[in-house]
Amino acid sequence: MSQELRKDNIDKNETGSVEAKTGTKAASHLQKVLEAGHFSVTAEIGPPMSANADFVRNKARELLGLVDAANITDNQTAVVRMSSIAAAYLVQQEGLEAVVQMTCRDRNRIAIQSDLLGAYALGLKNVLCLSGDHQSFGNHPESKNVYDIDSIQLINALRGMKEEKVFINGKSIKTPPEFFIGATANPFADPEELQFIRFVKKIRAGARFIQTQAIYDVERFARWMEKVRKEGLHEKAFILAGILVNKSLKSIEMTKMVAGMAVPDIFIERMARAASQEEEGVKIALELIDEIRKIEGVKGIHIMAVGWESIVPVIIERAGFLPRPAV
Amino acid sequence: MIVAEQKPVEEIIRYLDKFNKIAVAACGTCVTVCMAGGEKEALTLASALRIKRLEQERPLEVKVVTPKRQCDIEFLDDIAHEIGDCEAILSLGCGAGVQFMAEKFKEKPVLPGLNTKFMGVTRDVGIWTEMCQGCGDCILEKTGGVCPVTRCSKSNFNGPCGGSSNGKCEINPGIDCGWQLIYDRLKALGMLENLYEIMPPKDWRSSRDGGPRKVEKKEVVL
Ligand code: SF4
Ligand code: SF4
Repeated sequence: MSQELRKDNIDKNETGSVEAKTGTKAASHLQKVLEAGHFSVTAEIGPPMSANADFVRNKARELLGLVDAANITDNQTAVVRMSSIAAAYLVQQEGLEAVVQMTCRDRNRIAIQSDLLGAYALGLKNVLCLSGDHQSFGNHPESKNVYDIDSIQLINALRGMKEEKVFINGKSIKTPPEFFIGATANPFADPEELQFIRFVKKIRAGARFIQTQAIYDVERFARWMEKVRKEGLHEKAFILAGILVNKSLKSIEMTKMVAGMAVPDIFIERMARAASQEEEGVKIALELIDEIRKIEGVKGIHIMAVGWESIVPVIIERAGFLPRPAV
Repeated sequence: MIVAEQKPVEEIIRYLDKFNKIAVAACGTCVTVCMAGGEKEALTLASALRIKRLEQERPLEVKVVTPKRQCDIEFLDDIAHEIGDCEAILSLGCGAGVQFMAEKFKEKPVLPGLNTKFMGVTRDVGIWTEMCQGCGDCILEKTGGVCPVTRCSKSNFNGPCGGSSNGKCEINPGIDCGWQLIYDRLKALGMLENLYEIMPPKDWRSSRDGGPRKVEKKEVVL
């Protein structure tokens, strides 16, 4: 993308960035973008498996002005990485707003609440609540798991902090954190009915934005959205559709194997036939974005490009998401 | 029942190294049913230990005793005379049995012959599965008789997590997803509305998290 365009976006983002740094009480930038009716664009930053702050800062700079916020993963796939809160703080120091991911795997209710008080005090305003991948997937499979509370209980706890100004134990908090609370939903996992009940519960518990599992099967997603609209859920929480960008045939084949992923064979075939798999991967992502953004009730796109983060700016520019709104 | 599994003979023989005369104590209850520490297993293990030590040319004298249970003092009193001059006791009871034997036979080392696994059921011949973690505050009435604490790998109370796939748990396709089981059961019972309730965080004090527990039935306490 052109330098001017990037700079233009950075300038427009100025207000957001000052706020991100100082941690004022106002709503998060992401929340404002969504509430103003803009179609949001978010991406992900995976913290390093080290104490390297510059790694995080560089990633933040690469996305600055291109996305409304970046999700900072919490020891994803149970591999030890820099803390999501610490990394999110570094990201916001660069002027880019962060969404802190918080899993229930590693902390009991004392640690989760304490960490989130700290996160809010540091100016972090968005939290995405997750169960977390089981530790058996990661690089410390010997560890004890926690799961003192589950992700819905975490969402409910954050809502309680914000709305009722109380901790999980019901005791009052003088200066409560007022996070923009997020959760995930998987329109493709089975049993569908149970997954939908759980999605409804997440919104009832207090989730205000929902990031979906990566979408490939647009038809099936559209049917799910129809159900969402029928229940009026798209008016209770902002639905942000997940898009995964695949770099190669191998990558899309591996994606297909992940539990709860629905990848139609046509995409595998296209990747297999493509002269340039990278270009085909980008094309597929752009086509999906194009179709998904037309679906009523979808309020934003969340781009995941695990292991291929450098492609995110290209996708955003080619999808016509620039400039990002200043709110 | 409490389900256990015998430790490898190589491990046991190692910590019996300095003894020449031991008693192997079977247990007549749970571990008999799960074929880990009953009289039959004790006799087989005793022979294996004797043979191993004969191979080392340091014969080991092994006597087998089978109390009805190792977790009740009266049954331990019954076997006291049989333990006699043994230098050590290898208990094939669960962890509770081993510890109770150690309390009773203070002057002798009591060593574990089993790895105690869980509270469970006989799923099939030779197959046992975990069903309960003794959380101390049972909620099975809400979940169609399927335990989320035990049978969900993440002990989710408002499950399932995103990893549930084709009815199996994300950690291992050989494990049923507890929340799929809960859903199937509640659906069959016409009780799906139970799932709409946001279950609050559990009070883990009733579980092991409250420290070692004690149950007192007042009316029978002497
Ligand atoms: S809820 Fe508690 S007591 Fe009931 S089966 Fe599960 S672990 Fe056991
Ligand atoms: S897949 Fe099912 S059993 Fe496994 S952790 Fe998730 S909800 Fe629990």
